[in-house]
Amino acid sequence: MYLASLDALVLARAQFGFTVAFHIVFPAFSIGLASYLAVLEGLWLATGRAVYINLFKYWLKIFAVAFAMGVVSGIVMSYQFGTNWSVYSDKTGPVLGPMMAYEVLSAFFLEAGFLGVMLFGMNKVGRGLHFLATLMVAVGTCFSAFWILSVNSWMQTPQGYGVNAQGQFVPADWWAIVFNPSFPYRLVHMVLAAYLTTALVVGAVGAWHLLRERANPGARAMFSMAMWMLACVAPLQILAGDAHGLNTLEHQPAKVMAMEGHFQSHPDGAPLILFGLPDEEAATVRYALQVPKLSSLILQHSLDAPLKGLDTMKREDWPPVPVVFWSFRVMVALGFAMLGLGLWSLWARVKGRLYAMPWLHRAAVAMGPAGFVAVLAGWITTEVGRQPYTVYGLLRTADSVSPLQAPAVAASLVAFVLVYFAVFGMGVLYILRLMAHAPQGAEPGLQPGLPIRTAGVTPAPAVDPDRHLQPAE
Amino acid sequence: MPVDLGLSLDLSVVWAFVIAFAVFAYVVMDGFDLGVGLLFPGLRPGEERDTAMNSIAPVWDGNETWLILGGGGLFAAFPLAYAIILPALYAPIIAMLLGLIFRGVAFEFRWRDPRHRAAWDVAFTGGSLVAALAQGITLGALLQGIAVAGRGYGGGWWDWLTPFSLLTGVSLVVGYALLGATWLVMRTEGTTRIHARRMAFRLGVATVTCIGLVSAATPFLDATYAGRWFAWPSVLLTAQVPLLVVVGAALFFRALARDADRAPFLLALGLFALSYIGLGISIFPDIVPGRVTIWEAASPPFSQIFMLVGASVLIPVILAYTAYAYWVFRGKVGTEGYH
Repeated sequence: MYLASLDALVLARAQFGFTVAFHIVFPAFSIGLASYLAVLEGLWLATGRAVYINLFKYWLKIFAVAFAMGVVSGIVMSYQFGTNWSVYSDKTGPVLGPMMAYEVLSAFFLEAGFLGVMLFGMNKVGRGLHFLATLMVAVGTCFSAFWILSVNSWMQTPQGYGVNAQGQFVPADWWAIVFNPSFPYRLVHMVLAAYLTTALVVGAVGAWHLLRERANPGARAMFSMAMWMLACVAPLQILAGDAHGLNTLEHQPAKVMAMEGHFQSHPDGAPLILFGLPDEEAATVRYALQVPKLSSLILQHSLDAPLKGLDTMKREDWPPVPVVFWSFRVMVALGFAMLGLGLWSLWARVKGRLYAMPWLHRAAVAMGPAGFVAVLAGWITTEVGRQPYTVYGLLRTADSVSPLQAPAVAASLVAFVLVYFAVFGMGVLYILRLMAHAPQGAEPGLQPGLPIRTAGVTPAPAVDPDRHLQPAE
Repeated sequence: MPVDLGLSLDLSVVWAFVIAFAVFAYVVMDGFDLGVGLLFPGLRPGEERDTAMNSIAPVWDGNETWLILGGGGLFAAFPLAYAIILPALYAPIIAMLLGLIFRGVAFEFRWRDPRHRAAWDVAFTGGSLVAALAQGITLGALLQGIAVAGRGYGGGWWDWLTPFSLLTGVSLVVGYALLGATWLVMRTEGTTRIHARRMAFRLGVATVTCIGLVSAATPFLDATYAGRWFAWPSVLLTAQVPLLVVVGAALFFRALARDADRAPFLLALGLFALSYIGLGISIFPDIVPGRVTIWEAASPPFSQIFMLVGASVLIPVILAYTAYAYWVFRGKVGTEGYH
């Protein structure tokens, strides 16, 4: 019986992790892309240059597909809490439920409502109102991020709650709940990550087309804008990540110990382990390549500052160290690679060769998916690092799960995997097809005369690039 | 369980109505577009199907957001109910979610992938059927009673599957198909409309039969249901519901026979509303029927108030622009969309 419930727990976690991992990449992209679209339309209104409105139309089609996939994968999330984590839902509902309801109400409806105007309304509502709709969609995606990250942060650093007779967390101070200690750091870190993810995708698409057609004005503009974004935001993100790490050290030291691979305490200066193989059984990092005292310098701003290790924690309170250790390194490595690409682009710009440096463009193409990988790695670091708790220090994951039987969860997990890969695989394929088409001088928009919808993906004729290429040839 | 003073009581009732409203909005709005999916095999490929698709294209995903609001609202206002009901209905709820995903994307991909359009049309109908059937089964399983142990679900994995839940499942499929058919009567012209009207007659008969069967079976599920329906003097009020169903059905068939455009759809919505009120009479004030009342499942007043502030501003806004969207896309659709 114990074994069966353990299996159900593992399967429930696998299922939740799988569905949320699929979900997270679409909002991460659409948050950044919504803001980018607002910037493009704003620049077009301010300068009147056709290249901006063409890029707006180009990316709008991609945004529509990504947004629709975010919506359908998001519906699943709002029910997964109950199906798989019913005890958690019962206990945290009074605190987290209202915040999630706010997310649905304000952000989701704002996005979905104005999206219709944004997609189809340019001819119906005029430029000013259309720009307003674009801004509202961008603001809506940020509201989404605000509320959902507040929920997530409360699970990491809970405060402002009481516990009632039924064992539920109940709200005592909403301000303290919403603005819990890790929330500002996590919000900034995640929104910057979304911007970086989008900049990398836009940059990769621009670079891809520059490699084929160096003079394409659309490809030039998007590449240049993306590289500016990268060069500005990548350093900010590293600073934000550092601040977030210090905040985590204060509130969730076990997570930082796992990230650093610090099984032992270091009373006079902890080393920074660059690489190694964490061995939980032996509580050591094998083949560690390390820089003495650097970890203390980063985390405590002093070479000899003492740092506690996992040996100060009870074994049953350890997060899974190797997962956290590695996902953290993947995230950090990609962050520095982004910084490198941004600096390289600055150097190319100074030299006046931004559009004439094929290796820079190839590197930008290669880095296209890096944002998604970094977002997933960062998310794994923070969520797995919170284990073995769902509400850190208060509610264990093992005590959060629904009374499920393993076969039921296993069957639904298989169904989710099959459907998600088939469905979202197709969606990604369609996005890649749109991206493979070079931005044109007169980018076809979502034209009237075709099936019109308020939201969701656009019909094929509206986005079939060949239809508009053929007459030119 | 102690009930807080009047404040908690009122808030819980308010929230029960808000969630009931969201669910009803979902049922009628996604109902007709799921119904159009169900009717797809009865429409000819090409013009008829394209027209049918265009008629729901602008609104379908706005409709689905009400489902998220219903689920999210339940989690926030009645977390205990959310925690009991969702594991109890695990299989049908997962099936519904997967069906909705399939249908949602099939909807889009059939335009992009004309070579496999026939396959996507099958996926569209299949997804709609699974989602509708799962929702109906969910309703039946909820009505027939859920085993509760402590603060969680205490039953087995196939408890939801009974003759009664299958009856409600099939009934909802039939009812959605009726909404879809009358929607097409209202929104299309030519052969699509002729086909839809023919289907609407048969589906009307089937829907009224289903309403009768479910209504007849429900009071026998639980003595409290019977009590809520037949107790004197409230029976004077509750008896109006089946009477109105009879009147509504008669008007519906007359409107269809007169070849009216809008009346059949509106009257079909009326039948749904009456059935929904009937369900409310059976269930209220329970939220897990027969086991947990809304007050027992309620989150504290401080939680409910916090949400209510936002909901009372945002839900009217949402309703306003939903109405606006429907108004913009009113009238008959062609195969080519709007000009």
